[in-house]
Amino acid sequence: MSEVKDRIAAASGPEEPSGPPALGLVGWLRWTWRQLTSMKTALVLLFLLALGAVPGSLVPQTPIDPIKVSDFLEAHKTLGPLYDKLGLFDVYKSAWFSAIYLLLFISLIGCVVPRLSVYLKGLRARPPKPPRNLNRLPGYQRFELSEAGDVLEVATRELRKRRFRVEAYDGAVGAERGYLREAGNLLFHFSLILALVGVAWGSLFGYRGSVLVVVGNGFSNSVAQYDDFTPGRAFSGDDDLPPFSLTVKDFEVKFQEDGPQKGAAREFKAQLDYQETPDAPEKSYELQVNHPLKLDGSSVYLLGHGYAPRVTVRDGQGNVAFSGPAPFLPQDSNFASFGVIKAPDARPETLGFEGFFLPTAFIGENGPVSMFPDDLNPALVMTGYYGRPQPETGKPESVYQLDKSKLTQFEQKNGDKWRLQLAPGQSAQLPDKAGSITFDGYSRWVKLQISHTPGTGLALAGISLAILGLMGSLFVHPRRTWVRVREEDGRTVVEVAGLDRGPERGLGDEIQAITTALKPASSSTQEQP
Amino acid sequence: MSPETYAQVSNLLIPTATVIYALAMVSHAMEWALGRAAVAKTAAVKEEVLVASDGATVSGGVGDVPDAPTVEEPASERLDAASRIGLLLTWLGFVLHLGGVVTRGLAAERVPWGNMYEFSITASLAVSIVYLIFVQRYKLQYLGLGVTFVVAAVLGLAALALYTPAGPLVPALHSYWLVIHVSAAAISGGAFTVGGLVSVLYLVKARAERRVLAGGTMSASLRRLPSAEAMDGTAYKVLAFAFPLWTFGVLVAGPIWAEHAWGRYWGWDPKEVWSLVTWVVYAAYLHARATAGWRGRRAATIAIVGWFVFIFNFVGVNLLVSGLHSYAGV
Ligand code: HEM
Repeated sequence: MSEVKDRIAAASGPEEPSGPPALGLVGWLRWTWRQLTSMKTALVLLFLLALGAVPGSLVPQTPIDPIKVSDFLEAHKTLGPLYDKLGLFDVYKSAWFSAIYLLLFISLIGCVVPRLSVYLKGLRARPPKPPRNLNRLPGYQRFELSEAGDVLEVATRELRKRRFRVEAYDGAVGAERGYLREAGNLLFHFSLILALVGVAWGSLFGYRGSVLVVVGNGFSNSVAQYDDFTPGRAFSGDDDLPPFSLTVKDFEVKFQEDGPQKGAAREFKAQLDYQETPDAPEKSYELQVNHPLKLDGSSVYLLGHGYAPRVTVRDGQGNVAFSGPAPFLPQDSNFASFGVIKAPDARPETLGFEGFFLPTAFIGENGPVSMFPDDLNPALVMTGYYGRPQPETGKPESVYQLDKSKLTQFEQKNGDKWRLQLAPGQSAQLPDKAGSITFDGYSRWVKLQISHTPGTGLALAGISLAILGLMGSLFVHPRRTWVRVREEDGRTVVEVAGLDRGPERGLGDEIQAITTALKPASSSTQEQP
Repeated sequence: MSPETYAQVSNLLIPTATVIYALAMVSHAMEWALGRAAVAKTAAVKEEVLVASDGATVSGGVGDVPDAPTVEEPASERLDAASRIGLLLTWLGFVLHLGGVVTRGLAAERVPWGNMYEFSITASLAVSIVYLIFVQRYKLQYLGLGVTFVVAAVLGLAALALYTPAGPLVPALHSYWLVIHVSAAAISGGAFTVGGLVSVLYLVKARAERRVLAGGTMSASLRRLPSAEAMDGTAYKVLAFAFPLWTFGVLVAGPIWAEHAWGRYWGWDPKEVWSLVTWVVYAAYLHARATAGWRGRRAATIAIVGWFVFIFNFVGVNLLVSGLHSYAGV
């Protein structure tokens, strides 16, 4: 019986080696390798992986929400830098997290490759001889016969019928089945390697970027056109981007109009015209959440939407200083959207505006708010600033923020801050004949994400095979069975015994059934224990 | 029927099911109380336990002791009746519960797991399903108290604290991958719960068996439990059923859905992180069972940790940590 244990131990790779050897470098390396690929190390590394993944869900992560990270750094003056040093703001790319999974990966390879060769050798092995004391096995039956006859041949046939591999011994047969368990287990671990390679491939050679496009405008796929862009480590630049371009023709959104979830988005879709390459014919596509547009390995997703008021600003000299849509960013679930309008070319003084676009405006006690996300009563509510023209610095500047350090806010005659509230089509004069601002109307914008993740097919195939292997590994149950005939005090005794690996799954029933098949109707059976 | 009528029926069925489960729980609690009262000191019990653990050493964790409780004894009829009534009430509660979940889906005209309330009633239904599927096959009657407690508590909490009127889904949640992803997650969650409860009882029973070996006694309610060895096997079978399903739900269906909805397969969103942690902990459980020195008590502890991690992922992450997975109107 301990044979089975030995076989399992052998299949499980080297059992825990005892203390470090006093040998030289080679011995020491071999010892380290055996430690690394031992089952206990795998267990410890799995725990470390689980533990190590946790902080990333509790501490804000730079790749997910950089603003939260800077807020955190702002709020925790001592803890923040410490976290930063420990890589806690980017756990999944930190050195220590990578170390854990790389070690696990190495341990995995080091563990399963030797097991594969053990398994392949084991494939040709025959079911073992019966142990001396069959009656000590978990499943055991015996009965007596007047003469042995062909009972062993019947046993062989019966066991084969039950999909056992059978080997004849002197006065006995040995049988075994469930070889697929180890095969499944190996398939599982190897497929895991395959899946990990697929994932690594994707994170090395993939990219992801997002861009906000006002309806009516277009986008062509080059790094400079993205609002933000995250390349994989091995991504080499524009040459790796497929040369498609697209135009957002229209955008439609529906909101829940009543009930407790009033205002929740129910449906949104964008009409796109696109060209896969500059000379390809133009095609159209209806882009929806859950229905990305797939182009030559890259996929275009609809992530969000908002409003872009169209505004014309005239300066003090009567010239148009700004004209066009300015995307405003939604601040709440009713799409009260914040934004700025900059007119740095206005003369004699530059102009800037800051405030809200409200799709369904309502003047409440605490000022104007939006009551519903759809455009039922749109209004633009802003304040204005002026300042001296500044030389071009060439420094990149956020289009969503107004640098007010060199600007002065317009005031009314009575000293109150000047503010405007416009419905579409309306205009307002700025104080002191500084110019005017017209709310021409508004467009909608969509936020598109474009990403390419190679290797996902490999990862998916890996995981699917892994699940297949896992099922083999978990649901196939190796069983050994022996039938032996011997003389005992002049009587012929037939013994049937069996042994399972893993939890009990009807071993007794099968031994009973085999016994019944072997037994002539008249003889008596004893069961043990 | 109109959606409103369905919603009303659902709102009637769920609290009723809660009450029936609670009654089942009372019945099972009585079963335990009756058992506790009687303390056994028979040598026969001790001997049988010895055989069981001896059998285990002989086969070295390779063979196994049959599922049948090693400590069979003429239990009082009242005790058995309480157990049977408990199971019967659980079935009744389950039927009402199932009706409540189905009508909720009909009321909302979609799958009933768009928010925390719906996920609670669906996930607790999964616990009932897994328990009732396995109760005969793996002789899980002893789990009645634990299961009815968990289900009644979750349902009660859902009805009292999490209730949200039925409504359609936000667009990101529209996809049949969502159906696959969530059903796989819910059913494996149900199995994690059953496996966790069995593991808790395993620890209790294993301690009691050690006490008996040291010359102590065991209360009748513990004697009614299967042997620790058998419970260890049951926990393994249930978790072995759950693990591939969880792997599929979380590592295949989840990423595919995330790719459809958010444009990336995996984004280390808190919910994704905790799903992965759950997966890794259960992988560790399966490894632990195959590692000398980790079988039994340590493996059971890992199974319980895995269950807590799963619960935290479902409750804690939704309430404490913000991420893309936050549901409409929690
Ligand atoms: C990425 C890390 C790993 C994961 C997720 C993983 C997962 C699993 C799972 C789920 C099982 C259960 C299947 C079964 O019971 O047959 C298993 C079994 C097993 N694993 Fe791993 N494994 C990993 C790494 C390793 C490593 C590094 C070793 C080498 C020591 C190893 C050795 C084994 C062995 C020997 C079994 C068979 C256990 C048994 O016979 O029940 N695994 N593994």
